[in-house]
Formats: sequence, C-alpha cells, structure tokens
Amino acid sequence: MTFLHWAIISPFLLAILIPFFYRYIPKIHTGWFVFILPLALFGYFMQQMLQTTSQGGVVEASAPWVPSLQIFYTVYLDGLSILFALLITGIGALVVLYSIYYLDKKKEALNNFYVYLLMFMGAMLGVIISDNMIVLYVFWELTSLSSALLISYWFQRDKSIYGAQKSMLITVFGGFAMLGGFAILYSITGTFSIQETIASADLVMASNLFIPAMILVLLGAFTKSAQFPFHIWLPDAMEAPTPVSAYLHSATMVKAGLYLVARFTPVFAGVPEWFWIVSGVGLFTLFWGSLSAVRQKDLKGILAFSTISQLGLIMSLLGVGSASLYFNDGVENALYHAAIMTAIFHLINHATFKGSLFMAIGIIDHETGTRDINRLGGLMTIMPVTFTITLIGAASMAGIPPFNGFISKEMFFTGMLEAMEISAWNMQTFGILFPVIAWVASIFTFLYCLILFFKTFTGKFKPENFDKHVHEAPIGMLISPIILVVLVIVFGLFPNLLAYSLIEPAMQSILPGVMTGGERFYVDIYLWHGFELELFMTMGVIALGTLLFIYMKKWSSLAIYKKESDILNPLYDGSLSALVTGSQKITRAQITGRLRDYLAYMSIFIVLLLAYTMFRYDAFSMPTENISPIPGYMWVLVLLFILTTVVVPFINDRMAVIIIVGALGFLVAIFFVAFRAPDLALTQFLIETVVVVLFLLAFKHLPNLKKERTKPRIQVTNAIISVGVGVMVTLIGLSSYAFRQENGLESISQYFIDNSYELAAGENMVNVILVDFRGLDTILEVLVLAIAALGVITLIKLRMTGREDV
Amino acid sequence: MKTNNLLLQSVTQVVTFLIFAFSIYLFFAGHNNPGGGFIGGLMTASALLLLYLAFDIQSIKKALAFNYVNIIAIGLIISLATGMVSMFLGGPFLNQYDQYVHVPLFGEVHLTTAVPFDLGIYLVVVAIALVIILAIGEDA
Amino acid sequence: MEILMSITVGVLFMVATYLMLSRSIFRIVMGLVIISHGAHLLILTMGGLQNGMPPLLGQEAANYTDPLPQALILTAIVISFGLTAFVLVLAYRTYDAHKTDDLDQLRGTSDE
Repeated sequence: MTFLHWAIISPFLLAILIPFFYRYIPKIHTGWFVFILPLALFGYFMQQMLQTTSQGGVVEASAPWVPSLQIFYTVYLDGLSILFALLITGIGALVVLYSIYYLDKKKEALNNFYVYLLMFMGAMLGVIISDNMIVLYVFWELTSLSSALLISYWFQRDKSIYGAQKSMLITVFGGFAMLGGFAILYSITGTFSIQETIASADLVMASNLFIPAMILVLLGAFTKSAQFPFHIWLPDAMEAPTPVSAYLHSATMVKAGLYLVARFTPVFAGVPEWFWIVSGVGLFTLFWGSLSAVRQKDLKGILAFSTISQLGLIMSLLGVGSASLYFNDGVENALYHAAIMTAIFHLINHATFKGSLFMAIGIIDHETGTRDINRLGGLMTIMPVTFTITLIGAASMAGIPPFNGFISKEMFFTGMLEAMEISAWNMQTFGILFPVIAWVASIFTFLYCLILFFKTFTGKFKPENFDKHVHEAPIGMLISPIILVVLVIVFGLFPNLLAYSLIEPAMQSILPGVMTGGERFYVDIYLWHGFELELFMTMGVIALGTLLFIYMKKWSSLAIYKKESDILNPLYDGSLSALVTGSQKITRAQITGRLRDYLAYMSIFIVLLLAYTMFRYDAFSMPTENISPIPGYMWVLVLLFILTTVVVPFINDRMAVIIIVGALGFLVAIFFVAFRAPDLALTQFLIETVVVVLFLLAFKHLPNLKKERTKPRIQVTNAIISVGVGVMVTLIGLSSYAFRQENGLESISQYFIDNSYELAAGENMVNVILVDFRGLDTILEVLVLAIAALGVITLIKLRMTGREDV
Repeated sequence: MKTNNLLLQSVTQVVTFLIFAFSIYLFFAGHNNPGGGFIGGLMTASALLLLYLAFDIQSIKKALAFNYVNIIAIGLIISLATGMVSMFLGGPFLNQYDQYVHVPLFGEVHLTTAVPFDLGIYLVVVAIALVIILAIGEDA
Repeated sequence: MEILMSITVGVLFMVATYLMLSRSIFRIVMGLVIISHGAHLLILTMGGLQNGMPPLLGQEAANYTDPLPQALILTAIVISFGLTAFVLVLAYRTYDAHKTDDLDQLRGTSDE
C-alpha cells in the first residue's frame, strides 16, 4: 500500500470522523474539516505526481485484495488519470468551500451531506486511478450510490427521491452491463488489469465476443455520462443541492463515462463499430441535449440539458479521434489526434465554465428562492458579481472569444470537418452529417446561453416574485465561482499552459503506441485560428442564435416549447410501473397462500428438471449387476406393503388411517430386519409405538376426515403429479444403483468397517458411527429433537390468549 | 380415569420393570450389539408411557416427579461436556478415549467416553418423547 | 431385490405426494409420515440390499452390509419422529383455533 493507495482511501476514512465533528464541534461548519482534504490531495497530485506524468511517466503500485481471483488493488496514475484526479480534487475543494456558505450549519444535516460527498470523492478517485477492472467496478457503483444519496439529500421531497431512484436504476444498470463487459474481457485475456488488456488488444480484437464486450462496456459509459437515451436521469438529478450538481453532475461523475471510453479506446477502437457508436451517440446527444435545453424554464434544467449536450460533444470527439488507431500510420491519423486533444481540452473547459455557471445559478437560487426564468429578471444591478460570473461562464459555453469555450468550440468544428475526410467506413457518404449536426447543435447551444443569461439578469426586476429580500451573495460563496471564471479566462488567453502538462500526457494514455521512441504529440492551441471555415461557422452560429432569440416570442408559443419534460420520461415511468405491477402479478399468481400450489410447483419443477437431465444425459439405466435375489417371503411382504400404502388415500375414517399408517411403520421395521439392519428395526419398532400412541392421544383433537371435495380436474392433476414423483424416485433409485455398480464405485463406509474397533473400540458399527465418528451429527440431531419438543410445548402450554390469529 | 383396569395395571407394574431393565441392557449393549442411546432411550420412554397409559397421568406424576424439560437440558449438557473433555486434553471436539480398567469383582471393564455421550443422548430421547406425549395427553 | 424395492419406494412417494397435495391437514401429516418411510427405504436400497451380514463386528463375517446408510437412517428416523410430533400438534392446534382443517379456508387474504 503506497501513499497513492491511501490517497484514494483517505476520503472514506475522513467520512468516518465527520459525524463526530458534526456532533461535538457544532460551532465550526463541518465543511471546513472536509475542505482540507481535497485541497491537500490537490496539492499532492500537483506537487508529487504531475512531474512524473507530464514527462509521460506512470506511477504504479499494487496491493493484493483477492489475489486468488486476480483482484488486485492496483493504482495506475498516468496522464489521463491525473487529469481527472486534479479535476476531482480541485473542483472538489472549490465545491466544498462553496457548500460551506450554501448549506446552513443549523438547518441542514451536514453530517449526511459531507459523508456522502467524501464517499463520492474517494469512489471517484478510485475509479480513475484503479487499474483493476473489478476494483474499478466497485468504485464505479459506489459513485452511483453516493450520487443517489446526494440527490435524495432532501429526502422529504418526492422529486428528490424520484430523481435519486431514477439515477440509481439507470447508472447501476449500466454498471452491471459494464461488469458483464469486463467479465467477457477477462474470459478473453485472462486478466482484470486494464493495462494488460490493452497490451493484448489484438487478442480482444480477434475474439468473436469483441462486439458484445464493447457494447456492454459502452453501456456503462453511456449511462454514467448521460448519453442518449440514458440521459433522462440527469435533469431529475438536479434535485440535489447545487454544490452537488456542480460537482457530481457536471464536473466529475458524469465524466466518468468519458473516462471509461477514453481508457478503453486502446482496447476497442480502430473498428467501425466503435467509431460509429461512440461518435454517433455523442453527436445525437449533443443535438438532443441542446434542443431540449432551449425548452427548459428552470435554470438548473437548462444547465442539466446543456451538460448532457456538452458530454455528447466530448463523446463524439473521442469517437472521431478513435480513427487514429485505425490509420496507424502516415499523415492522415495526425488529423484525428486533434480530435482527442480537443476532447481533453474541452473536458477541462467544460468543468470550469459549467462549474462556475452551476455555482452562479446556485447563488441565484439561494438568494432569490427561485430558478424559474419566468419569475427572474433584472438581477444585473442587484447581483453584479454573480452577473459577471454568469456572463463569462455563459459566453464561454456559447463559444464567444476570448474565452476557453470558444477555442474548444472552434477545435470541435475542426475535428468534425476533418471527420468528413476519413477515407473508410462509409464516411464519404455520411461524413457531411458530422459538421452539420455539430453546427445546428451549436446554434441551439448559443440560444440557450442567451436565454439563461438574459432572462435572469436583464428585463424588469419584480420584487413581488420573490419571497425574500434579494441581495448579492456573501463573499465566501463567490470565491469558488470567481476562481473558476478566472480559469476560464486564463485558459482562453493562454491555452498552451495546459498543453504539455496535462493534455499531451492524457493523449499518450488514450492513444498508446501511436507515437513511438519518445516522440510526443504536437499540441499547440491558439486562440486565433485565422479566417478559416470554423470562424465563419462560429459567426453563423452567433448570427442565427441571436436571430432566434429575438424572435423567441413567436416560437415560444409553440406546443413543443411548452413541454419541458423529455419525451423519453413517460417511457421510463411506464416501464418502471409496468415492472412493479408485473412482478406483483407474478408474485400473486405464484404465492397463492395454498400449500397445495407450492407443493405442486415444487414437485412439477423438480420432476421436469430431473426428467430433462435424465433424458439429456441418457442417465437412465437398469441395474443388472449385483442384484440380490428376491426370497419368496419378500414378494408377500412387498405386496402387503404396497396394498397397505395404496389404500391410505381412500380411507375417510381417521381411526382407520392411524392404524393403517401405524401398520405401515411396523412393516418398514420388518423390512429393516430383512435387510440386516437390527438397530434400525429396533428403533423403527419403538418409534412407531410411540407415534401411534401420539396419534391416539391427539385423536380427540383431530378433525374427522371428510371426503375430499375437490374439483375432479384438480384431483386428476394431483394424481398426475404424484405418479410423476413416484416414477421419478423409482428411476433415480434404479439409475443411481446401476451407476454405482457399473462404475464399481466403492462405498465410503469401508473406513468405518476397518476402523470401528481399532479407533472406537466398538463392534456395532452403526452405533459407533453415531456416537463416535459422526458424534457431532448426533448432537445436532438431538438438538433438533429438543427444538421440536420445545415447539410442541410452546404450541400447547403457552397458548396465546387474546389474539385470534397468530 | 374412571374405568378400573386392575388387570392392566398389575401387569404393567411388572412389565414396566422388565422393559426398563431390558432398555438398560440395550443401552449398554449398544457398543457391540444392536442398541445404544437412541434405542435404549426409546425403550425406556415406552416403558414409562405404558405406566402413564395404565394409570392416570396425575398419579404417575406424583410417583415420578421428574421435570422432563430439565432432563433434556441435562442430557444435552452431558453429551456436550463429554465432547468438550477431549478439547481440554488437546484433541478435537468429540474425540473419543477408551480404557480397560480392572475393577474388583467385575474383572476387566471397558470404559469409553462414548458411554457418557450416549447417556446424554439417552436422557434427551427419553425426556423428549415423554415431553411431547405428556404435553399432548394433558391438553384436554 | 433392489429393483423391487425401488418400485416400492416409488409407490410410497407417489401416495405420500398425493396425500400432501390434499386440502386436509391431517392427510398432509400422514403424507409426511409416509414420505419419510419412503426416504429411509430409498437410502437403504441405494446402499445395496442383503449383501452381507449385519454391521456388527462380533459376527466376524467376510462381508457386512453398509453401515453408513443405516446410521443416516437411524438419525433420520428419530428426526422424523420429532417432525411428525411437531406437525401433528401444529395441525390440531390449527384445527382447535380455526375450527377447520381445510387449507383452502385457512389461507390468508391474498394481499398482505
């Protein structure tokens, strides 16, 4: 266990202490104790690790967890991981700082909040630093869990619970799919290590399980990163406190899916399926998200759909960039490196501007008590700092220079234009769709940025719309978004700050082996691209977006605008309730409350299963060897026995039944005599005597037998089931005896025969087995008897009084 | 019980002791011949059962003032304790020891730890059979 | 002999299953008793029948019957005695409390 291992575990350890801080140091906001940790971890990653990774190095260490199952707690920190680690700890620190002012220490259950948040932080670090797929999966599900807990933080609200359940169901479903994908990969490569899997990517590629594994892993990524059609959970997750939305649902957790796609690009990419699925789903999500965001009236709703759309953008870039693993030589693939570079760059940019926007919206919500764009307006003069933050954030998101969003939007256009030139996979035909969809989606992106900004801050301020006195937020709450906005500007003006420290090493991780011999990718990002096609596209976006905004009054009366909810929501709700009612129906059909039904189900199932097995493996055989001869008296005995048995169901007199069943018991004892089992015979005789007495004593309490008044149909089925059971038992008895004889299997009791005198000094082997060899069984057996006796006493002597039904 | 089954009762008095004696024999025979704790216990139980059937429950209860539930516990403890003895001697639970001891008058006597173990089983079986039957019998 | 006994055991199981599928509690108790007889005989049969002397070393025979099934059955007999007693009491207590032995009438409401 290295320090890196403990870095992942440290949030969990701190989480244990949080309730104590909350309980015993109530004067200090619990957040301050939490704040130290991400800050320290951020410093640790910056100071200790960045040096190594920016040189293309890797920090790796392993500790055994379940070595027999090849599960190792292996940490693997490379360029891609450190990017995420810095995001998680950096944004984490800012969010915790923000939350200290956002959540009131007297009114809110801070202990819950920070425990969940720390749990998430640790889990997320685990996801991005683990090299072992199983460990990754465990942390992955922990992020789903902590996310659901945080969404339902205000669990008194129905919507919170609904949102939490939805996110849980969808992301855990994806997680399971991903686990399936990992299992398939394991079956192909024989290792759970991601790096080793990458090393044997050829093996994976050649397998005929390649496509299933790929789709399952992608399901995990798409559900987590809210890609169409799994995006529906993200808008409902906005019920979480805003710090959570800023942290989990825009900056980190939803990017785990992107991380997974990037991480597995070396394993799966280079085939058309990967390219089409990843970039296709990404582009469609981009389009769908931006279109839906325009319709939202809730500020957080706009941001939620905007996040979906931006995630789609990054996803599509990862898809396009995967082409470079296909064209593993020549100039052509250099084009697609740029797509990967853009994806990483935009991932960072998105975290900055979306984080600042979420925090700004949180401030507005906190200070005004509403997020409805129809009630808000004219906040510009009242909240000048928030106004500035939102202005910069929204401008960056809309792609206006000189902010970082502009650069990555331009580079995104470049990537999509270049995708047209891919000389394979039908791209000559469909390639044109890529830039077109990207461009249209960008128009809507621009439009919702305008809506977000102008509806909130311009227009007339209406104090009557708000329950409280509206004023600017306290400075502590503004620090975090200000820092993020400063980053937006800095990355916009000096994008090459990140080029070789973060972006290039991450590219090395996503595209290993493309650059050989210590060569590095060429990363040079400009703010000013010159008068290229991309710039004209941006101009078109701004012009058309502004036009649409001006004529918003006209199209906002359309029916489609009125409808906020995603059209896929009814599908989700419907299938969920169908699932519930469906399972209730099945349960009711099965759990009828009738003993007969249960017995019948069990018998039928077991008989059919055994019959199938016998038929399938041709298991039935008739014993021919070692069959003992049948003495004459046995025929008489067996005949008598069978006759006695068969009449039992036809007797309707309880006394007669008791006597006949008693006689049956004595006949069994005679069988034991005949089969050379004197102990058994004695026991059976005595037991039967006691049992008959028992029945006779209970006689007066017993109901008299009535003729069964059952429908003939049921009686016939009963008879069929019974015959089936009987025949099955006979067949099994015969077959297993024959099997034993044919294969010459020795009985294990030779040991007892040999040793019962030597070891236990007893000549009666049965007794020796009971009291010596298997003495523990005997003790447990009398224990069972004692329990039965206690049960009888309880039933009879300790009658519950005053209660009709127990 | 109103009916006076004199014949049954006087026969029972004799027979019970015979059965009882036989059950003791079976119990000790168990190690080398058919018998043992289970069988001896059941035999004793049926002897006592005969008593309860021939006379009425109340009068036998006065004569044999056993609390059978306690006997179950005692039997279980004896068996478990026998098993644990070997643990104190360093062996596994329920390990068995035997020894030939020369006792005056009886000559060589074979002692094994299986006997106290079986005695526990015997007591439990007797008590359980009677507890169940008496519980049902008394439940008017 | 093994074939004959297998068939006999099958008959026992058949009758026991039929009894246990009926609606009367008392018949179910009887089915339980019979099915345990069936199980005991089945175990014994599968170990092989009459192929040696009783498992007593005093017999000093060359072949003994398999002692292990017998030990298992002995345990099973005693346990099925406990079970029978318990189920019997359960059955008649149910009858006392509800004045019916019809399982269809004893079943609770369909929804908990």
